[in-house]
Formats: sequence, structure tokens, C-alpha cells
Amino acid sequence: MNVVVCVKQIPDPAAPGALDPNTHTLDRSGKLILDDSDAYGVEMGLQLAAGDGDEVILVSMAPNGETSGLRTALAMGAAKAILVSDDALAGTDALGTAKVLAAAIKRAEPDLVLTATESTDGYTGTIPAQVAELLGLPSITFAKKIAVDGGSVKVERQTEAGYDEVECPLPAVVSVTAGVVEPRYPSFKGIMAAKSKPVDVLSVSDLGVGADQVGASGARQEITDVSKVEERAGGEIVVDEGDGADRVLAFLEELKVI
Amino acid sequence: MALDNVWVLAEVTESGPTSLSLELLTEARKIGSKVAAVSWGAHTAEHAAMLGEYGASKVYDVGDVGETLPGVPVAGAIAALVAGGDRPDALLIPASYDGRDVAGRLSVKLDRPVLTNVVGLSDDGQSTQHTLFGGTTALSARFTGDGPFLYVVRAKSFAAEPGGGASPEVVSAPAPEAGPAGATKVSARHVEERSGPKLDEAPVIVSGGRGLGSADKYEMIEELANLLHGAAGASRAIVDAGWVPYARQVGQTGKTVKPNVYIACGISGATQHLVGMKGSKNIVAINKDQDAPIFSVADLGIVGDVHKVVPALIEKLKSR
Repeated sequence: MNVVVCVKQIPDPAAPGALDPNTHTLDRSGKLILDDSDAYGVEMGLQLAAGDGDEVILVSMAPNGETSGLRTALAMGAAKAILVSDDALAGTDALGTAKVLAAAIKRAEPDLVLTATESTDGYTGTIPAQVAELLGLPSITFAKKIAVDGGSVKVERQTEAGYDEVECPLPAVVSVTAGVVEPRYPSFKGIMAAKSKPVDVLSVSDLGVGADQVGASGARQEITDVSKVEERAGGEIVVDEGDGADRVLAFLEELKVI
Repeated sequence: MALDNVWVLAEVTESGPTSLSLELLTEARKIGSKVAAVSWGAHTAEHAAMLGEYGASKVYDVGDVGETLPGVPVAGAIAALVAGGDRPDALLIPASYDGRDVAGRLSVKLDRPVLTNVVGLSDDGQSTQHTLFGGTTALSARFTGDGPFLYVVRAKSFAAEPGGGASPEVVSAPAPEAGPAGATKVSARHVEERSGPKLDEAPVIVSGGRGLGSADKYEMIEELANLLHGAAGASRAIVDAGWVPYARQVGQTGKTVKPNVYIACGISGATQHLVGMKGSKNIVAINKDQDAPIFSVADLGIVGDVHKVVPALIEKLKSR
């Protein structure tokens, strides 16, 4: 079975984020890392594609040829990666991204496509359903458990009230939540092996996606204004000297909650 | 200049439209001169009057979609309406599981981009507000191309208020044949039991995080919530760890809450959590790390051990 996992390389979320002052898009000029949310899909893919001849193929898009995040996922055990990298991609919106990813995924002819539910940096959360629609495939989003059984995939899908058991025939797109599985740490051997694994770099025109579909001009949406939100006024911070509970009680009394 | 036709994707359950659907109908009245709802499932007709009361003068009823996930059939039905010339200038979509599926599918079918995580709209319905970086930065955005404008809106962005509208006209809008994409099948539904007020409606919320140390300690969070007639919430960390069900999660990927009082116990305050709760009127944080980001939004911060402060609080409340 071939599993494609869509992964995104993002600025380290631990560092303070910034917007490009001209385009107002996220500043991605620094070092990029594998989005934490994607590690779950990579791990799930590795567990589902563990048989002889099975492969996990990464599909990613980045404007600047960045591969450091891909190497992390390759070190976990993915076989190879397709990276769509093109200057023309800067400023691409979610729909344009989905078009590029769908075209790249087609090349890998997967049985199953895994994605995160949303990226940590842009978090639009529409890509899984958009990619599925572009590929004409069924999709099950927000999976907290996945099993493949013959030609179908069975998923426990989160709902407002609990979860549903949902299944569909393969090929299909499934988006996974954090917690679907515990991602492994890359081993030293894995890290060394990842250095020589193939990363197929493609341009937008290689994929046959129109230049008018991507980039800031293809985005058909724009950020018109950015402003700082007024911080909440700092409150009172006290060190508990055994009176912590009393302080909370007094606060709740003042608010007439008790 | 307001928009002419604004549609709302309304989720209607057995007990009625979801509160987010009513919030969106209320806002739709403000930005549009004509408001319609699009709904699906078995309960649309019986709750149509309520959709009307909140602003819909027309309800497009996709009908029962059977065992299929609604994303494909509902997006298909809307695309069919648009193709038939019945098109909205804007469609407000709830940021829910099914809402996001519909948004993604519809975006491709109509070849229109989507603006997601909308938390505010301009009066003319053409400009959106969003927050970024844990709510520290506000953005305005807009579409530069033709509509229909697809907006996915987060819960609690608008207050739901009835407008006194009459019972709407209900029009059947069946889903077209979906092909392979519609081949999902829900074989069982599981409801995780909850007692007490709902998380997104409770006036008081007590939430627990990784600082609790182990799953069994979550009981004290529930007990404290009970004593305060509130609901118990959780950070993403302990939901991911499997300590509590997802329904309790507060944050970017969970629920947005705005209670009168939010008490964060053993929660460090990752931006992903802050986004979901910093709109609370009053925030109390209890955490042993005085540098924890949660203290930056707290009205009262207790630098201390949750395993001491919370049990003491419970004892004192019980003895009152």
C-alpha cells in the first residue's frame, strides 16, 4: 500500500511569529521545521504502510526549496518526498495550495492520503476537503483512530458530542488529529539514512497547474490591515504561601460567583 | 452598501439549530437584505420556525443525507443551486467539523477561495476580521475576486438574538449524485456522556492541563467545576494524552469559550489554548511556574502547586 502524507514546513512556533510588512503574509524567511501536527500523519502512515513494498511518500509545498522539515519526516521512516518549490508560490492561498498538492499527489498514485486537520501556522483547515474534492475522492476528517481493512479505511471521527465510526473505500483522504498515534523520534540511523533519500523537486509548471492559480495574484483574497490587539491589563500575581485558595475565594466572592 | 443575499449554513439537530448557526443568522441579518438558511438532516422542517425567528426568510432543505458524511452532499446541493442561478453573495459557514468539510468541498466546486477563522465582519459584509499569534494580532481581510464569498466563522464571534421573523418558506434542495467522493458511511455514533452545563454556555469554567500530572487528578477539576455550578474544560495536551474526551478541549482546535470566570489549573498557556479562552471576563490561573504565559492574561494568578491549592479550594467551598 502506498500512503501519501501531506506535510508542511513552518517557522518554529516556539519563536515569536511575524508578518511580512509588505504582503502581510506569514514571514517564512527563517529556518523552517516540520509542523508538529504533521508528525502524527507521518507516524500513522508508517504504521499502515509497514508491509513489503509499502511506501510512505511525503508531499509538500514551499516557495524556497526548503527541505529541513522533510528530512525530519524522512528520518522517521518515509521513503521519499515530492517537494513543489517555486518562487511563484509565495502568497498562495489555501485553494491554490490544494490545487498544487492534489496535482503532486496524483503522481504518487496513493491508496491513502493522510493530512493533519490544520497547519499550526496558517490553520485555515480547509485543505483536506479541498484536496479530496480536487482528486474526486471520499474524505474522512478529524480521525482519532484509523485502521485499513482490505480495500477500505475505518475511522473514528471526532464529533461535537463524541465520535462516529465512519468507513469508506480506498483510495481516500483522511485528516488526523493530534493523538491519533504517538509519533516516533527519528533514530540516529534514520537521520543518517534520510540524508540520501530522494526528494523530487517540481515546479508549478511541471505539475501543469496554471500560474494564475497560485501566488499572491492567484489568491483572490488579501489582508488589508494588521494591528496589535490591546493586551489584557496585567492582573495580580501572588505566590502561594498557603493562602492561595483564600485568595481565589475572595476573588470569586468579589465577582459574586459564590 | 450591504449585500443582497446572505445564506447561512445552519446545522439543525434533533433539539434545534446549534447556537453557532443562530449566531450566524443574527449576523446575516445585519450584513444582508435577504437571509436564507441551508440545512440538512431529518429535523429541518420541525425547527424551520426558529430559523425564521433568527432571520431566515427561506430555508433550503437538502434533506436526509443518510449515512454519508454531510460534506459532499451538502456542498453538492449548494453548488447545484448556484449553477441554477440561485446564488448568495455570501455564505456564512460554522467552524464546526461538518461546516469545514462543506466549506472545503464547496470552495473547489465553485472555484472560490475561503476565508476561515473569521471572528468579525464589517457591516457591508465585505471585510473580515481574524486574530493571529494567540490573539495578539488582529487582521482584516477581504476577497478580491467575485462571490459567492465563503466565510467560515468561529463560535462566539457574534451574539445570537431573535429578530422576530415569520416562519420561513422551506424549499427542497436535494443533493445531486456524488459519485466516489460521496462513498463514506457512518456505521455507529458514540455520545460521550456529560453532566452539568455545556462548556460553551457555562458561566464558570474550570480547566485542567498537563500540570495535573496524571489523568486521575482531573477528578478534582470536575469537582471544583461542580461546586461552582460550572463546566470542566481541558488543554489540548491532556486531550491528546487521552486523559479526557475531546469535547472538553478549549483552544484553537477546540472550543472558544467566554465565561464570566475561567479558572486555569496547571495550564501553561500555549497560544493554542489562549486563543480559546482569553475572551473570558475574569481569568484565574494556578500554576507552579511563575513564567508561564497563562499569567500574562490572568486577573488573579496564584504561583503555586495545583495539588495543594485546588483541594484546599474544594474543602473551603464545601464547608461554606
